[in-house]
Amino acid sequence: MATAQTRTAARLMMSPTVLLLLGWMIIPLSMTIWFSFQRYNLLMPGMEEWAGLLNYRFFLTDPAFFSALTNTLLLVGGVLLVTIVGGILFALLLDQSIFGQGIVRILVIAPFFVMPTVSALVWKNMFMNPVNGLFAWLAKLVGVAPFDFLAHAPLFSITMIVAWSWLPFATLILLTALQSLDSEQKEAAEMDGAGPVSIFMYITLPHLARAITVVVLIETIFLLSVFAEILVTTSGGPGYDSTNLTYLVYSQALLTFDVGGASAGGIVAVVLANIVAIFLIRIVGKNLEA
Amino acid sequence: MARQISTRRKAFFTALAWSLGLLIFFPILWTILTSFKTEAEAIASPPSMFMFEWTMENYQEVMSRSNYFRHFMNSVVISVGSTVIGLAIAIPAAWSMAFSPSRYTKNILMWILSTKMLPPVGVLVPIYLIFRDAGLLDTRTGLVIVMTLINLPIIIWMLYTYFREIPGEILEAARMDGASLFNEIVYVLTPMAIPGIASTMLLNVILAWNEAFWTLNLTAAKAAPLTAFIASYSSPEGLFYAKLSAASTMAIAPILIMGWFSQKQLVRGLTFGAVK
Repeated sequence: MATAQTRTAARLMMSPTVLLLLGWMIIPLSMTIWFSFQRYNLLMPGMEEWAGLLNYRFFLTDPAFFSALTNTLLLVGGVLLVTIVGGILFALLLDQSIFGQGIVRILVIAPFFVMPTVSALVWKNMFMNPVNGLFAWLAKLVGVAPFDFLAHAPLFSITMIVAWSWLPFATLILLTALQSLDSEQKEAAEMDGAGPVSIFMYITLPHLARAITVVVLIETIFLLSVFAEILVTTSGGPGYDSTNLTYLVYSQALLTFDVGGASAGGIVAVVLANIVAIFLIRIVGKNLEA
Repeated sequence: MARQISTRRKAFFTALAWSLGLLIFFPILWTILTSFKTEAEAIASPPSMFMFEWTMENYQEVMSRSNYFRHFMNSVVISVGSTVIGLAIAIPAAWSMAFSPSRYTKNILMWILSTKMLPPVGVLVPIYLIFRDAGLLDTRTGLVIVMTLINLPIIIWMLYTYFREIPGEILEAARMDGASLFNEIVYVLTPMAIPGIASTMLLNVILAWNEAFWTLNLTAAKAAPLTAFIASYSSPEGLFYAKLSAASTMAIAPILIMGWFSQKQLVRGLTFGAVK
């Protein structure tokens, strides 16, 4: 029905968005690619020269890269495990008929709205601190020596902090998906004598499969870029024990001012994120046709 | 008999859900409680839950000593500013994609989504250098620009999924009656789209308020929003639990309240319409 005139208007109205995002994507990204082939350090101005693949070679063979990559995967995997399993349990629980369901839901989703620097500092100081933290007090209560979480298990501690922030997201999305489950199907299965376990395995879980996939992909995109939680708790340490890829690139760029090396690292991170993004975009795209 | 079992079942699940819910919420509750303690009581062993002398002195101290109001206003300006600009750019675009789709609309939407997948470290170096040369480091303007751009994909997608639910016939009827394109958008579409626009706005303010990669990397003292201000408490000298708690409570309270209002929209906004 659209006339030629409205079609033109429609194109015009799209153009600011498209141009802005194109600029935001193309300009900095091509600069990063360009820098990644340069020897370029902000502390040595005027010394820039073509470096070929040298930056990539240094970055990829740096032991720090290997630990950062491992830490990134462990962090993403750990948080996914906790939030998906916990999210399914919470979603099932909140789907039951309980008193004050709305209030419990509000309590459970609250951590999602806490800014990363606040959640990280609250956990670091008031819970995980080996002298004054609540965990230390609990340990003393049961007669165990307090454990210095961030010094001896930094990556695990950060995983727990980040998982706490993302559990609400998984819960909320899985609960939304759960509530769209046709109850007649469940009742029919119950009538046929199916127990709660087999109902969960053969009806609920398959119904949730799509939502779980979406949660996994979206969380992965955000979790690959965890930064503030690391910065304010451990600064990536001790050594590189809690440095992820994002933090490694940050430290090369803004702490040692190695523009070339940081750019090569940034491109590596982009490639990694793209692998996940392709799957997510496919799933969302399928939904768009429906 | 059956009723009795189901009541018992309900009581059991209620107790379980409430205790687990309170456990998840506890760190926030504990932060709020600690913010009303004195520094000595904040680290007292055994810790006291409610039986302490409630004091407001931490709030007074945080407000008076650290230029708190400036950082708060930075957060407001950056999150609200980027949201308003983002909406102004996104509403026409989402309108045209929802009501006048072309062959390319789907691809454009997918491409818009893909820009959100770009990890920030991939563009950290050039953005930092561009900002340095343009004098945008540690300015509100700079952060509003970045925040607008990184959240634009989410705004477009949310608006698009909302606009698609508005029947196109109504708009066509307005067009038949001779309404101009401008009038059509302002007087016909906008009133119907207000709920969708409002939730998009809410979610976007929340996301921008809590964003902590660019705010930490592109600001120092002047334009630092609350995320960066709170981060300054990570230095060992700043280890005052009660004051940290007071500053944290003030930083999260407005967004916590807004968040509770937007829980339903959150699902739609953050899954790009893949889960409704």
